[in-house]
Amino acid sequence: MTLLLEMRGITKMFPGVRALDNVNLRVAEGEIHAVVGENGAGKSTLMKVLSGVYPAGSYEGEIHFAGELAEFQTIRDSEAKGIIIIHQELALVPLLSIAENLFLGNEIARHGIIQWNEVNRQARALLAKVGITDQPETRVEKLGVGKQQLVEIAKALAKNVRLLILDEPTAALSESDSAALLDLMLELKSQGVTQIIISHKLNEVRRVADSLTVLRDGGTVSTMSAKAGEITEDRIVRDMVGRDMAQRYPPRTRRAGAPLLEVRNWSVQHPDFPDRQSIRDVTFDVRDGEVVGIAGLMGAGRTELAMSIFGRSYGGATQGTVRMRGKEVSVATVSDAIKAGLAYVTEDRKALGLILEEPIQRNITLANLGAVAQRGLLNEGQETQVAEGYRRSMNIRTPSVMQKVVNLSGGNQQKVVLSKWLFAGPDVLILDEPTRGIDVGAKFEIYGLINDLSAQGKGVVIISSEMPELLGMCDRIYVMNEGAFMGCLTAEEASQERIMSMIVSNMETV
Amino acid sequence: MADATETAPTGQRMLDYLSNHLREYGLLVALIVVMVFFQITTNGTLLRPVNLTNLLLQNSYIVIMALGMLIVIVAGHIDLSVGSVMGFVGALAAVLIVTMDVPIIVTCAICIVMGGMIGAAQGYWIAYWRIPSFIVTLAGMLVFRGLSLWLLQGQSLGPFPREFQVISTGFIADPFPAGWGQALAGMFGERNINVLALLTGIVAAALIVWLGVKKRIANRVYNVPEEPFAFFVLRNAVVVVALVFVTYKLASFRGLPNVLLTMGILTIFYAFITEKTVLGRQLYAVGGNEKAAKLSGIKTERLTFMAFVNMGVLAAIAGLVFAARLNTATPRAGFALELDVIAAAFIGGASMSGGVGRIVGAVVGALLMGVLNNGMSIMGIGIDYQQMIKGLVLLAAVIFDVYNKSKKA
Repeated sequence: MTLLLEMRGITKMFPGVRALDNVNLRVAEGEIHAVVGENGAGKSTLMKVLSGVYPAGSYEGEIHFAGELAEFQTIRDSEAKGIIIIHQELALVPLLSIAENLFLGNEIARHGIIQWNEVNRQARALLAKVGITDQPETRVEKLGVGKQQLVEIAKALAKNVRLLILDEPTAALSESDSAALLDLMLELKSQGVTQIIISHKLNEVRRVADSLTVLRDGGTVSTMSAKAGEITEDRIVRDMVGRDMAQRYPPRTRRAGAPLLEVRNWSVQHPDFPDRQSIRDVTFDVRDGEVVGIAGLMGAGRTELAMSIFGRSYGGATQGTVRMRGKEVSVATVSDAIKAGLAYVTEDRKALGLILEEPIQRNITLANLGAVAQRGLLNEGQETQVAEGYRRSMNIRTPSVMQKVVNLSGGNQQKVVLSKWLFAGPDVLILDEPTRGIDVGAKFEIYGLINDLSAQGKGVVIISSEMPELLGMCDRIYVMNEGAFMGCLTAEEASQERIMSMIVSNMETV
Repeated sequence: MADATETAPTGQRMLDYLSNHLREYGLLVALIVVMVFFQITTNGTLLRPVNLTNLLLQNSYIVIMALGMLIVIVAGHIDLSVGSVMGFVGALAAVLIVTMDVPIIVTCAICIVMGGMIGAAQGYWIAYWRIPSFIVTLAGMLVFRGLSLWLLQGQSLGPFPREFQVISTGFIADPFPAGWGQALAGMFGERNINVLALLTGIVAAALIVWLGVKKRIANRVYNVPEEPFAFFVLRNAVVVVALVFVTYKLASFRGLPNVLLTMGILTIFYAFITEKTVLGRQLYAVGGNEKAAKLSGIKTERLTFMAFVNMGVLAAIAGLVFAARLNTATPRAGFALELDVIAAAFIGGASMSGGVGRIVGAVVGALLMGVLNNGMSIMGIGIDYQQMIKGLVLLAAVIFDVYNKSKKA
């Protein structure tokens, strides 16, 4: 086994913080190496050191790549050696074609004139490698997230990649797209491309990784090898959080009372095509103290359903009724929905949930400013008290509630969004992917919070693409596909297999 | 000096605070530096009572419009039409008063309602149809420029009756016995002192200090990180000295101009609305992240619409002030003025992307531009250089903002 990459004793200081502390990473030629760790463990920093974002000299330690000492000054230097990173946020230009994106910054040109025939020929070959059948002239915006991810990989292949680094590649993908991506990773491995995958999803890591390094608090905790049978989820989780997590989901006592939220025959028009229905005749209910899940693949219409109920924030005309505690309520606007006792925690907290440049305090009170104001006049002292209360009860890690939200980690940002909606005093909370991009420790805290809410008699709806999460948390799970509900399973009945088969059975009949 | 006991490394804390609030202090310091500079280069002309009074009058309509512009920019938009709207309203006032003999009060009411309607007409497309404000107000800029030309038939129209002119050129009469003023004048060696003006300055200064102290006490109760005590004292001292100094100068000339009162009341009103009310908070939320604001139950369209209605009203008020000051309405009134107004807001710290900026900042920004204009004119610098210098000041202010932000990230 020859080593392709060895990072030795990497230490990176930021003012006042030791982001990386004597980290060692050894990646063998031709393997898939996983790097896991909680948010803030130092994974991204390590990759930035490797790729030259932090130039040589700004950190301590040595990087050896392909047998030589590497001292990259810029990303260009590392790319020239064949180290290519695909970031979580895709770096494609949506309005350009696939082919144009593939060779962006790397154009095939003679005397500055692009050789389109050659471009398209090479693009086709690259796309075939990653399994995309679309034409190279197709605009990237027309592709789904899954395919865009594949285009990114094809782009890396166009640059003669030797070490491909994928940062949370499946974070935004559906299960089937994720599976396809993981297959592609294995395929590339068989062609000799060494890869590093950074991921929170341990089952995926287990599937593809030959070896694995766990980072915690900026240091290397352990390295495991698949061959030796060392990679188990329990071990990874234990090393990541530094303690045994016998249970990833806190135990909950189930109690379902009277019907709280009832949605009857809910149909929603597609926003752009009025003759199409995005949501078709959905009926469901949530009882006092109940945690209800909505399972489905990406694009099944779960977010659209939730947003259409929450003040018609999605789609055109709606049909059907919404009742709260037996009484029909209007949800025509967001403030109507809030007044009716609904809260919706969006899946896209940065774009839809938070005002990043404003302090924590102002984000928390935003949905219920009336409660910290008298006759339209804000009482900032009272506001601070409210925010301080949530900082303590939600364990938001920050020096002050006047801190801008943009400076918080993903888990703490999510706690701010949750605080905002708790302060609005809802009866039913709809949580859309509440733990996406959040580390294991924060996840556990949020699960605990969900249980507390249900113990207080509130209804909770969880929309999640992570089936274990739904199975671990929910009393009942509705299965959704192509805008309609396929059925409902109780906690006892539900299993990943049954949910998948419900989704698939529908696909066959349609 | 209770602060010193709170945390040990006071120096570090002060540095941190300074780097977080560099923009606000920077603006104040810039204004003072520029004033001192021109005071020296113009051999003391800048701060002569006559010139100071003139400076305020000259810039009043820019300050008034900058208030509205700041709100529009905070909401995430821009209004290019304000210069034209201002000119149009001035023309309308001239036609109503000079040609049609409509009473002044009625004219003012009509003009302000007209401003609101103009703002509503533009805001409607921007808020409810989501047409970019740049385009809608660019169209408005052309339309209202054309309308004023049409209304005035390409001619200047004037003069206005005296009762209308006083909007801009009048001064508030001193209600105190003349003996008081003369006694004070004797003490300071001036010819006359307007007691009301001086008293207003002193009261305003005391009010600012009192509010600041109250805020500090509240902050301490709720444990909000606060301005280091030394900065607080220094900043307040500067503001108090400046206020008293300016009002003293005004008092030794003709007292408080009517426009200053209008400007002051409007500034306080809008500062209050933006910083202390639910409405203001929601406005910043809309500019900061419109989608998140909407999903938090804020009626984002209505707020955007209202921001433009408000801008129209303020442009109308500015139009009245401008016409009264010039004592005539001309088709070119307010030409390219929108650029000065927008520049004032950005110099004052507003952000192009919305959600950031303060009323006080915009006012200081406008005054900074005003002092530059005035000082350079007195020095006899040509209009060519003046334009270049103003452009560079605007660029420098925004570069400073961006640099500050990137340094923190």
